[in-house]
Amino acid sequence: MKSAPVLLSAILLLAKSSPVFSQDANLGFPKTIEAGSAFSVHLAGGGEATLYVVGPGQALRRDLQLGQALYFPAGTLCNAGHYVALLEGSATGSAEFDVVAEAKPADLSFLAKPSRLPVSMREGITGAVYVFDGYSNLIAAPMPIRFELTTPSTGTQTRSVTTRNGAAWADFDSTAQQGTDRFVASTEGASNTRVIRQVPGDPCSLKMSASQAGQKLQLTTDPVRDCSGNAVPDGTIVTFTETYLGEQSTVDVPLKRGIAKVEMPSHPGAMISVASGVVLGNQIRWGK
Amino acid sequence: MILTRTFGIAFVIAAIGAAVGSAQATVRVISPNVEGPRPLEERTATAAVRNYLEAWASFRSAFQQDNAELLDRDFVGTAEDKLSATIRQQSRLKIETSYQDRAHTIQIVFYSPEGLSLELTDDVDYDVQLIDHDKAGIQKHVRAHYVVVMTPSETRWKVRVFQAVPE
Repeated sequence: MKSAPVLLSAILLLAKSSPVFSQDANLGFPKTIEAGSAFSVHLAGGGEATLYVVGPGQALRRDLQLGQALYFPAGTLCNAGHYVALLEGSATGSAEFDVVAEAKPADLSFLAKPSRLPVSMREGITGAVYVFDGYSNLIAAPMPIRFELTTPSTGTQTRSVTTRNGAAWADFDSTAQQGTDRFVASTEGASNTRVIRQVPGDPCSLKMSASQAGQKLQLTTDPVRDCSGNAVPDGTIVTFTETYLGEQSTVDVPLKRGIAKVEMPSHPGAMISVASGVVLGNQIRWGK
Repeated sequence: MILTRTFGIAFVIAAIGAAVGSAQATVRVISPNVEGPRPLEERTATAAVRNYLEAWASFRSAFQQDNAELLDRDFVGTAEDKLSATIRQQSRLKIETSYQDRAHTIQIVFYSPEGLSLELTDDVDYDVQLIDHDKAGIQKHVRAHYVVVMTPSETRWKVRVFQAVPE
């Protein structure tokens, strides 16, 4: 940086709705500017110069006449970040300032998981948000976020969380009832919704009965439910096993209309058992 | 590469050294202060920090070479869009900037419950050099506080938000 002894007693002229919070002591550039706000600077002195404003998020170049106000209309600097202003020409100098995100949120990036889970899972539903303004800048200032999980059967659970570095999270238990939930994250001016399906859990218990059907043995379960009383979905596999004279026959049957039904060979003295997943049902010794 | 580290183990040094290559940046990684229920594995933290420093190398190269495609490997989403737009702006203005990082103090501050994003802060010292046409370059040393959001891709963590905020 050249160190020519020139006058950069720039005077900040506020434009529009006062986006400036403080002023750089050396150059008169604002320390912070709200993204998208209009502002102007007055660089004292005479002659021609070029002002560069550069940062990873944006770059500007302005040829100017020193001693006149330089106006930056609304929407000129929109990307939040740290910027360097460099003046070259009849006068030289530099300043640093930050463009900060707009105070009002415009968008929530909402990550919710899972989209489908069994009922009655402790802390099974989680959501995380990042808060952005209208220019896709992360709003790093603390911001209240409301998480709501609404289930048709049990109403609404809520959590209020304040963001830290633009991020916040919450978790919820899945409820005892199956159904479709609405998971909403919201803050002033922005909200986002995800749908979460709560499905029945694994079977809680299994009970079958046996009856003679011609030459065969008919085995039928009672309606299969999870531990919260929800019907386990059709298609869930139930395994029937018949053991007779040291030989074993196994049949896998999907639940249909809530029950599993199968015919197996009828052997007096056979031992029959039923299971689904990790749940073992009752046993029947046939014909004795 | 000089590395001061208050958590973790030695392999991080090699990893970060490889990432930053010939740059003379000092890297200090502070113990994570993570919000959220998901435990942050050391391997995850190390990979994220290594990928973040590699992203700085890509950022530096992309601006030096005026080539936004160099951002592809390490940036995604908003961060990539904004950096690419800046490179295009600079081309239109016929100016060049280069960013040389000198020191990083990095801390992971958020790991989302589902493991699909993490956030870190970086107090970074860097030099900005501006070149306009054939004029002599102007250089300025800068210190800024960055907030960075990273998301996993197939093989690495990519920078999705890359934004300095007032300290």
